[in-house]
Amino acid sequence: MKVPTQLRTLTGGQAELSVDGASDMRQLLGKIKLEHPDLADRLLDEKGEIRRFVNIYVGDEDVRFLDGLNTPLASGNLVSILPAVAGG
Amino acid sequence: MARVEKLECRECGRTYEAAAIYVCDFCFAPLEPVYDYGSIADRMTRETIQAGPQSIWRYVDLLPVDSETDRIDIGAGLTPLLKCPRLGAELGIDNLYIKNDTANPTHSFKDRVVSVALTVAREMGFNTVACASTGNLANAVAAHAARAGLRSFVFIPANLEQNKILTTAVYGGNVIAVDGNYDHVNKLCSEIAQKGEWGFVNVNLRPYYSEGSKTLAFEVAEQLGWQAPDHVVVPVASGSLLTKFRKGLEEFYKVGITDAAPHTKVHAAQALGCNPVVTAIKAGVDTIRPVRPDTIAKSLAIGNPADGYYAVSAVNDTGGMGEDVTDEEIVSAIRLLASTEGVFAETAGGVTIGALKKMAERGAFKPGESVVALITGMGLKTAEALTGRVGPNVHISGDLEKFEEEMRLLSAYE
Repeated sequence: MKVPTQLRTLTGGQAELSVDGASDMRQLLGKIKLEHPDLADRLLDEKGEIRRFVNIYVGDEDVRFLDGLNTPLASGNLVSILPAVAGG
Repeated sequence: MARVEKLECRECGRTYEAAAIYVCDFCFAPLEPVYDYGSIADRMTRETIQAGPQSIWRYVDLLPVDSETDRIDIGAGLTPLLKCPRLGAELGIDNLYIKNDTANPTHSFKDRVVSVALTVAREMGFNTVACASTGNLANAVAAHAARAGLRSFVFIPANLEQNKILTTAVYGGNVIAVDGNYDHVNKLCSEIAQKGEWGFVNVNLRPYYSEGSKTLAFEVAEQLGWQAPDHVVVPVASGSLLTKFRKGLEEFYKVGITDAAPHTKVHAAQALGCNPVVTAIKAGVDTIRPVRPDTIAKSLAIGNPADGYYAVSAVNDTGGMGEDVTDEEIVSAIRLLASTEGVFAETAGGVTIGALKKMAERGAFKPGESVVALITGMGLKTAEALTGRVGPNVHISGDLEKFEEEMRLLSAYE
């Protein structure tokens, strides 16, 4: 998973995280929460939904166009987090 | 006077140094420049504005740049506000104006935001500027970068209208055509901007760039005799123009340029093939569901609008409405505006006028109320939309007799 510069203070400066054995986005974020709880809190709100100003992509696709947190993941998938407020 | 001192998060209020950053580290919400309105009110008056340049730079006190700095200026702004009685009669609106931003140097309102953004970029020491664009911004960035001698990289969806590609490439910068739609281009640019080496006008310079849109509101108020209109109809892509138009009206009142608090109802216009903001307004929700755009109004084809949430709020807070129009209605509206008022708008203008018509039919405008429709880009940019729709209505051999016969058929001499 690629971490944007704005959030790297929460990963000890790491720009990429490798996560094993997550079969969907929800599981991936659950595993990240164990290692980096503050990072997960920035991505998901109190109800466990993706925050308004956060975009999460699998490859080039915004998960909001896929199946949201239920979007399936396969080995080797690249997940990117980017601020939503850009463009236009 | 220094550039704005700091940026502030719109959601949580955390403040940041005024650098090339655009979202709050904490909540990822957009950052807004913080102005000292008290001191602006002390020095900005109707007279200082009128004594200023014939461009957006007459409003420099409410723009996020150093007032002494060299501006990158090819004459953006101070476009005509046209009273439109003939179009108004067609639509049943008795006090209608259009703000004709086709009259800008690269023929769209994007010259306003880019003139501001590149001026800031140069102040910050960037020598390369860039943008993600649906076409109008591409034109404006390429032109202003050429004027300033800055290197430019303009990223566009590969399927953009030919004229918008040509009218960007002519300025000599780099044009990067990307497979996919605008949202894909925007994602790529967000990733490149993470490196922080280039000034992306609508990514890491977005807090400054988007402030340029306020000048549309300043001008409309000035041209109406220092008062806000009763209604404004705004075409919506990212939603930034709509929210900044409202902000501009509020600031003018805040610093004492206008006497009355703005009461303007702000209305949103989108194409049916890309209507995430209007859908949310009509459904009465503030959550934007992204869509995959499919419309001839490519300059509005942003499926995941950055300021969508704020645009919905601005419409709801002011008692405005949202309307969306089909591609067919867009083309009809372009022709209606051209044939009644002599203004040739691009497809986004067709969206504005088509939505204006529907709003009038829904009773949005009371007799006597002033209604301003924003025409943000010119028709030659999207000429394809009219291919096969307009052309000569008489074709003759060239002799006078033939001509007279045709004119009799058309009853042209009656």
